[in-house]
Formats: sequence, C-alpha cells, structure tokens
Amino acid sequence: MSIDADTVRRVARLARIAVEEHEIEGLRQELSSILDWVEELQAVHVEGIEPLAAVNDTTMPRRADAITAAPGEDGIREDVLANAPEAVEGFYAVPKVIE
Amino acid sequence: MSDPRPTWLTIAEAGRALADGSLTATALTEDCLAAIGEAGVLNAFVHTTADKARAMAAEADKRRAGGESGPLLGIPIGVKDLFCVEGVPSQGASRILDGFVPPYESTVTRKLWAAGAICLGKLNQDEFGMGSSTEHSVYGPSISPWRRAGDTKAIVPGGSSGGSAAAVAADLCLAATATDTGGSIRQPAAFTGTVGIKPTYGRCSRWGIMAFASSLDQAGPIAKTVEDAALMLGAMAGHDPADSTSADLAVPDFTEGLGRDLVGKTIGVPREYRDGLGAEMTALLEDGIAKIRDAGAKVVEITLPHTKAALPTYYIIAPAEASSNLARYDGVRYGRRAGLGQGDGVLELYEKTRAEGFGAEVRRRIMIGAYVLSAGYYDAYYLRAQKVRRLVRRDFEQAFEGCDAILAPATPGPAFAAGEMAGDPVQMYLQDVFTITVNLAGLPAVSLPVGQASTGLPLGLQVIGPAWSEARILGMASAIEARSGGRRRPEKWW
Repeated sequence: MSIDADTVRRVARLARIAVEEHEIEGLRQELSSILDWVEELQAVHVEGIEPLAAVNDTTMPRRADAITAAPGEDGIREDVLANAPEAVEGFYAVPKVIE
Repeated sequence: MSDPRPTWLTIAEAGRALADGSLTATALTEDCLAAIGEAGVLNAFVHTTADKARAMAAEADKRRAGGESGPLLGIPIGVKDLFCVEGVPSQGASRILDGFVPPYESTVTRKLWAAGAICLGKLNQDEFGMGSSTEHSVYGPSISPWRRAGDTKAIVPGGSSGGSAAAVAADLCLAATATDTGGSIRQPAAFTGTVGIKPTYGRCSRWGIMAFASSLDQAGPIAKTVEDAALMLGAMAGHDPADSTSADLAVPDFTEGLGRDLVGKTIGVPREYRDGLGAEMTALLEDGIAKIRDAGAKVVEITLPHTKAALPTYYIIAPAEASSNLARYDGVRYGRRAGLGQGDGVLELYEKTRAEGFGAEVRRRIMIGAYVLSAGYYDAYYLRAQKVRRLVRRDFEQAFEGCDAILAPATPGPAFAAGEMAGDPVQMYLQDVFTITVNLAGLPAVSLPVGQASTGLPLGLQVIGPAWSEARILGMASAIEARSGGRRRPEKWW
C-alpha cells in the first residue's frame, strides 16, 4: 500500500523522530515498498484463528509487591543516574516543560 | 599456511589442554588478544577488554590450580555488543547509546563468567540486531575472514551477529555470544562456516540484553563445532526470575546426543523450502539428506504451507515490537542526547535525539512499527500478522507429528559482497526466508557448515526441532558434521 507525504510526517511524529523535509520523499518510497510487500498477508485465510502474541503459553509469574530498593539506602540512585545525559540533584534533567 | 596456534583450538580441545596442564588460560588469552590485534581490518571486536581478560584468565588459572574444573573454565570468548557487560561500553552498535556503560551484567554473561569463561570484549553487529550483513553499525561494517576464490572483494559476515561469526571463524576467540530474532545467529554462522544454535524461546534469559522484538529474541552461541555450541549453551541457559518469559525448566546436558547414530529417527524436509532454491543450495540439501540417511535416519517430505506468509508476518510483528521497545531511547535516562536549540522543549529533545541517534534501518523499522500499530491500521496489519503467526506455528506442530526434526537450508545462498544489497530493504529481508519461521514458532534450530559454494564460500544447513529439543537437534547436527570432513578455516589474508 502506497502512503503519502503527510502519512510519513504523521508516522515520524508518532515515532518521535525528526525528519527533514528533503528526506520525506525517500522515506515515502521506502516505507511504501515495504508496505506493498507485506500486503501479501491479505491473501491468507485467517477467519476464526486466534492471534498469537507470545509462544510461551505459561501464565505470567508474580513477584511479591515489595520495595526492593529505596533512595539513599543502597546507592541504586547513583547507579541509575550515572548514564543520564544530564542529572541534577538526584533527578533526570530535561528542558523546561510548559503546558 | 600459518602455523597452528592456541586460538585455533576448539573449546573441547582447549579444555583438555588446560586440564592436562599443557596450556594455561593466561597463555590462551594472550594469544587471542594478539589475534584480535592483528585482525583490526575485520572490525569484529569493537571494544577489547584486555585488562579484564587478563584478570579473568589469572582467576581461571587460580581456580583450576585449586582443583576446580568445567568445560568453560579458562575459555576466552567474545560478547555481542547487545549484551550488557558491567563496566564495559555496551551500545548495541547504535549511536544513541554512545557512552553507555551498564552498571549491571546480563544474566547470560553473568552465567558464562561464573562458569569460568573469559571476556575478550564486545563484538560488532547490526544496530540493535536489525540487519543481515553487519553493515548497519555505528562502528562501521564488519567483514568476513572468507573471500571468494581468486577475489579480494570484501564479503559480509552476515548479521545481525556478524562480528560474533567473523571473530569465531577467524579464530580471534574460541566462541561468542549472539542473539537471533529472525536468523541473526544462524545466517551469520552459515555465511562463515561456523555453528550457531538459536534455542527454544525461553531457554536463555533475555535480562540485560537490549530488546529488539521481545516475543522473538533469543540468545545463543556461535562456535567452531557442534560440541562447542552445546558446551556454550549449557552455560548460557537456565531459568531467571528477572525474565518472566524464561522457562522454569532444568538445563539438560546438551552434549548427550552427540556422536550417536540416528537409527529410528525420522527427519522431515519441507516441500516449500525447495521452491525457487538455486542449484547449489539444492545440491547442498541433497548432500545433507544423504548424510542423515547414512547415519541411519529415515527422511520424509513434509509440508509447511504458511512458509511464504511467514516473512511478511515477521516484518510486521518485529518492527511493531521494536517501535515499542526502542521508545526507551529518548535522550533522558541514558545514552546520547542531541544538542538543542534556543527554545527547544522536551518534544524537540526526543525528536532530535532519535533522529541523530538511530541509523537508517532502525529508523525505517521504527516507522513501519508505528504505522502498523496506529489507529485504523492495527487490525489490518498487526492483528492479522498475529493470526498468521499462529498458523505458522500450527504448521510446525502438525509436521512434528510425523518427524523428529526438520532439515532445511539456513540461507538462500552463500554470503554476498559488501554493498551488494544496499538500496533495497526488501531484498535484504528475503535473506531471512528460511530462518524466520522458527522464531515465529519459538522453536530451536542449529545451523552448521555442510559444504561450499563454487566460489569456496561456506554454505550451511539447519536442523529444526520441537520446543526444548536442543539436545536432540545438536545430536543430529553432530551426525551431519561427522560426515562433512573437518572444520574448514579461512586462509589468513589480514
């Protein structure tokens, strides 16, 4: 299925990926060729077939609803923030958000 | 011809030499580090951990001197970049994780180190496991130690675990970890004359391995022989409470089926896999069938009717899961953040970081995933793909009513040249036609070298089994291996 330039812009926004105007046409063609190809699936008879989301049929195990790490007690906060591009006073830092 | 050196050993051979005292882990590790140093042009190792390796080797020698033993004690291995190794740069070959140093260890590598394996460093791959050639990497492409006869053109090692396959084939390490979401262990193994096993979904913990498509991803080894693959898998497998999809099953001895005949066993060959198969691969498949028969097995034709639909099914499900999994790379919690302009807010932070951080193939798949999951398209694409996935699995369930395992090609042909598939994503996706069904069904499959192309490049077949039958299919693979001559290694040109 071919998609148009506006759909490329909409999907890029959904995916939170900035796309330059000059990239739109190339992406439109690439994504259209992939979507054309997966169109083959429309020919498969799937009436009455249950979707399969996961191959392991076991039920999800549960764990105790307990605190396993707490700030300031075990140093986990430092480990967690060590890889942050920007951290201030024990928190992640992002640009100001004004709604 | 160069002289034999310690890095040429298999895990089993090195284990015997370490046990009888004719080799130390330290000497073996030094030879691997030297081999890695000579092989920079292959771009297989992308972060070498020489100090860590030497310390681990000394520790292994101490443990052995203290009376400990074990098949991996003192064995130097490489780790696919996708696995988090504590204190070692781990970025899944992506620019977006530039500078990321995990403060934790993946379960699979933790188990390997506990068994005494030695970490030589991180191995190249396609970014986040998306690719079939290891050309989509922030580190630049890895290339195969194999070349076509009489030709110096660079050949791809396959992907996504191309660095793992190249490093093992070139004897830079004794074995390597890898992951397989749609063929990323088996295709590079087939391209490089190595052995790779994708275990049953749930056999190895996914904890600490960067997620691509969570319902398909499985870790496994790439090794020089079937026996070595079994030994590696034994150390990597096992239940992990930290991964809710890891199976709570005892780890069997994966070597128990090795070296036996196959009398009383039935092997199925799928009719659909022969459609459009080239003359060279058809001959290889016939050769594999003859070897299986020679080992005493009966060979029957089977049918997997939804084979053709499996590939497009995968290319909906995997990008959908990827678009969700890779949402975590937002420039806030870890990795690389884009430089921001005056007045940029948090949305620009996300969008610029992700535009700069992801390569073209990853961006493509995230966008396809976002599209097929978006309102108005979900039923037509994603839900339909999940239904076809059930049909693909049903095909295998029905096939295994009449056979113990399945023999199939691992790839449509030998490794291609670097750049040969660039420009057409769908052409590259077709590489996965024989491997992808197995991931959709969650089954184990082992790929092994069986013959060679007219150009001298290796060719591989795979043995596919029912869930949890790794020991059985490794046994069958060993029967084919025993009838395929010794291990072929590439002539050293680097």
